[in-house]
Amino acid sequence: MSDILNTVPGMPSADSLERSEVKPENHRSEFDVEINGTVGKPFVDNAKMSSRNCNVFYGDKQAIFDVDLDIGNNEILAMIGPSGCGKSTYLRVLNRMNDTIPICRVEGEHTLDGEDIYGKKTDPVLLRARVGMVFQKPNPFPKSIYDNVAYGARLHGLASNRSELDDLVEASLIKAGLFKEVKDDLQKPGTGLSGGQQQRLCIARAIAVDPEVILMDEPTSALDPIATATIEELMDELKSKYTIAIVTHSMQQAARVSQRTAYFHLGKLVEVNETDKVFTNPEHQLTENYITGRFG
Amino acid sequence: MPTQTIIITLIALLIFSYFLGQKRSIAVSSINNGRRDLHSRPHYYGYMVAIWAGIPAVLILLLWTAFNNSIVTSLTISTLPESMQTQSKDSLGLVVNELRNLADSGQIADEADPIKREAASHYQRLQGISKLAKTVIVLVVALLGMIYAWRLINPELRARNVVEKVIRVAMILCACIAILSTVGIVFSVLFESIRFFEAVPPSDFLFGTKWSPQTSIRSDQVGSSGSFGAIPLFVGTLLISTIALVIAVPLGLMSAIYLSEYASKSVRAFAKPTLEILAGIPTVVYGFFAALTVAPFLRDLGESIGLSVASESALAAGLVMGIMIIPFVSSLSDDVISAVPQAMRDGSYGMGATKSETIRQVIIPAALPGIVGGILLAASRAIGETMIVVMAAGLSAKLTINPLEAVTTVTVQIVTLLTGDQEFDSPKTLAAFALGLGLFVITLLLNIVALHIIRKYREQYE
Ligand SMILES: Nc1ncnc2c1ncn2[C@@H]1O[C@H](COP(=O)(O)OP(=O)(O)OP(=O)(O)O)[C@@H](O)[C@H]1O
Ligand SMILES: [Mg+2]
Repeated sequence: MSDILNTVPGMPSADSLERSEVKPENHRSEFDVEINGTVGKPFVDNAKMSSRNCNVFYGDKQAIFDVDLDIGNNEILAMIGPSGCGKSTYLRVLNRMNDTIPICRVEGEHTLDGEDIYGKKTDPVLLRARVGMVFQKPNPFPKSIYDNVAYGARLHGLASNRSELDDLVEASLIKAGLFKEVKDDLQKPGTGLSGGQQQRLCIARAIAVDPEVILMDEPTSALDPIATATIEELMDELKSKYTIAIVTHSMQQAARVSQRTAYFHLGKLVEVNETDKVFTNPEHQLTENYITGRFG
Repeated sequence: MPTQTIIITLIALLIFSYFLGQKRSIAVSSINNGRRDLHSRPHYYGYMVAIWAGIPAVLILLLWTAFNNSIVTSLTISTLPESMQTQSKDSLGLVVNELRNLADSGQIADEADPIKREAASHYQRLQGISKLAKTVIVLVVALLGMIYAWRLINPELRARNVVEKVIRVAMILCACIAILSTVGIVFSVLFESIRFFEAVPPSDFLFGTKWSPQTSIRSDQVGSSGSFGAIPLFVGTLLISTIALVIAVPLGLMSAIYLSEYASKSVRAFAKPTLEILAGIPTVVYGFFAALTVAPFLRDLGESIGLSVASESALAAGLVMGIMIIPFVSSLSDDVISAVPQAMRDGSYGMGATKSETIRQVIIPAALPGIVGGILLAASRAIGETMIVVMAAGLSAKLTINPLEAVTTVTVQIVTLLTGDQEFDSPKTLAAFALGLGLFVITLLLNIVALHIIRKYREQYE
């Protein structure tokens, strides 16, 4: 086995693999580092959405600990962190998707444009129309591609006639970079698309209702580099009108698209800073460990 | 040895051969790198030996049991004197029965007729020989099969493939049995119906509007010539089934949606089984509930608002039948609705859909095949239901679509045609088969329509 490894060009030799495994010893383990509040700049002046003292529990288990965070108007905020650290959970707090999980309990003050989104007067249905979401796993409806994209527009009465709806569907598919592939198959089921196409369909579906904030949970994890680039361009374009929070496992992506980056660790928000700063000169040891690939 | 003993011995032998095969495979293999160099795991060799021991022996046992009696009987008949053999079939059958009884009761010596005495003891002898031969042959074949398979075992033998092939064939056979019995039933109904249509022209049956199946017993009797117009029966069936479905589909679907989408866990845990109990109540209980409670209630209610309601009415039967079939709709629908993935709901909520919008636009379409299946099941139950109709809707074959009058259904008429002593060849009894065929065709059509609906509106997830 090791012979083969050594002879394949471009492969790290077995020896170097072994060495890299022992390396972390001379670094501080993730458990040595205390997380005392968030370092960096979690707050901004022109906040579109903000959370204070956010705690989330699944039954008895706490998934989010005391998170304070603002998302600025027309900004792209990237959320990074190791798997299971609570990125999706936090994202779902922002449009009250956690309401659909019976055991999930959310604490803290959360606002959209200064209005309490967990207040008695807030209707989660209207909130979700304003704060759209692209899920981690593509979940197209078992309907035609056209009906998938038109779904939200029909619900909210965004198009007054068929041709307006057609235009809306086409525009959304073009923005999501899917139109060329499916323009002749709009009546075929959306579930028949490939995984990456399905994810772009879900993005088209989300932007078709013209939300103010778009929450994206690893929207490009199933996409090839070309489709990823399309989506990143889309985000760049959308940022002038919308506010975007994106969860990603790709540090390059976070660096490319976002203005600020938040690093989550074991349910705590460790550091929020300008993206440049996070990736060149992180304040917190854990962030540094993560972005330099020492764990996570 | 009686057959039961043979079977028990055979089973013991099979278990023994399983272990024999397993042991043998381990013995012939060698341990190589901590793994035995056998092609298959040892238990497959065990199964293979058991299969070799079991299948030929069981086949012989089955064939022997199937043909034993007819062969022994014909051998016995051939020893009878010429005069008896040329008797008519019926009286020959009587004689054979008599001989058999004699032999079985062991009182041959008491028989007066020497010929019969002789024949009976011949019969007894033959049966004895056959039994002994059967025992010996079956067990010997089982042993031979076992030894043969045992000798086959070597590490290269692909026992797993053999066993899997046998299992596959066995499953194909099971499927065939199910299909063939359906086909058999259909054909027997079909042939009897053809006999019926020789006596009564199909057009009279299909388009006649008068049903009174009383045929004359003697040709000189007046009046009752019998008319077999099936329209009133089918209309009655459809009327009652429609009433039942009109009750059951909305109620069942709504309760399914409530149970799967709105009810809390504890309500669901209590309500779902309670609803399913409805399906377990014997139909005769529903029948007297319909006849003794619902029908008089409807009559009184009708009287009080100036409607004349027959004391046996289609409405009473249909209402109660509707209640009865609710669980078919609700239980199946509930299962499929609960099976729609949460991601689908999340997707819809995430677009700002309300719960009811989500249910209507995403969940119901995704669950549609199962819901249609449930409705179909309920419809077949309604069409086939007899007891409630007998008790609550009456027997009068009136052609009407007024649910307040008494009607009758196909199944009820089949029952009345076939109960009591009947001559099997009269059009009256054969009419039952024609009615059965009609029912079969209707349910078939219903299935085809439902399949179409499903194919057209199905929205697949995954
Ligand atoms: N529905 C749920 N019920 C119970 N616990 C949950 C549920 N969803 C998430 N959790 C728990 O909450 C924690 C955070 O999960 P979350 O899905 O937010 O992680 P994540 O950061 O999005 O991870 P990933 O990068 O793998 O998507 C995990 O420990 C997980 O076990
Ligand atoms: Mg996640």
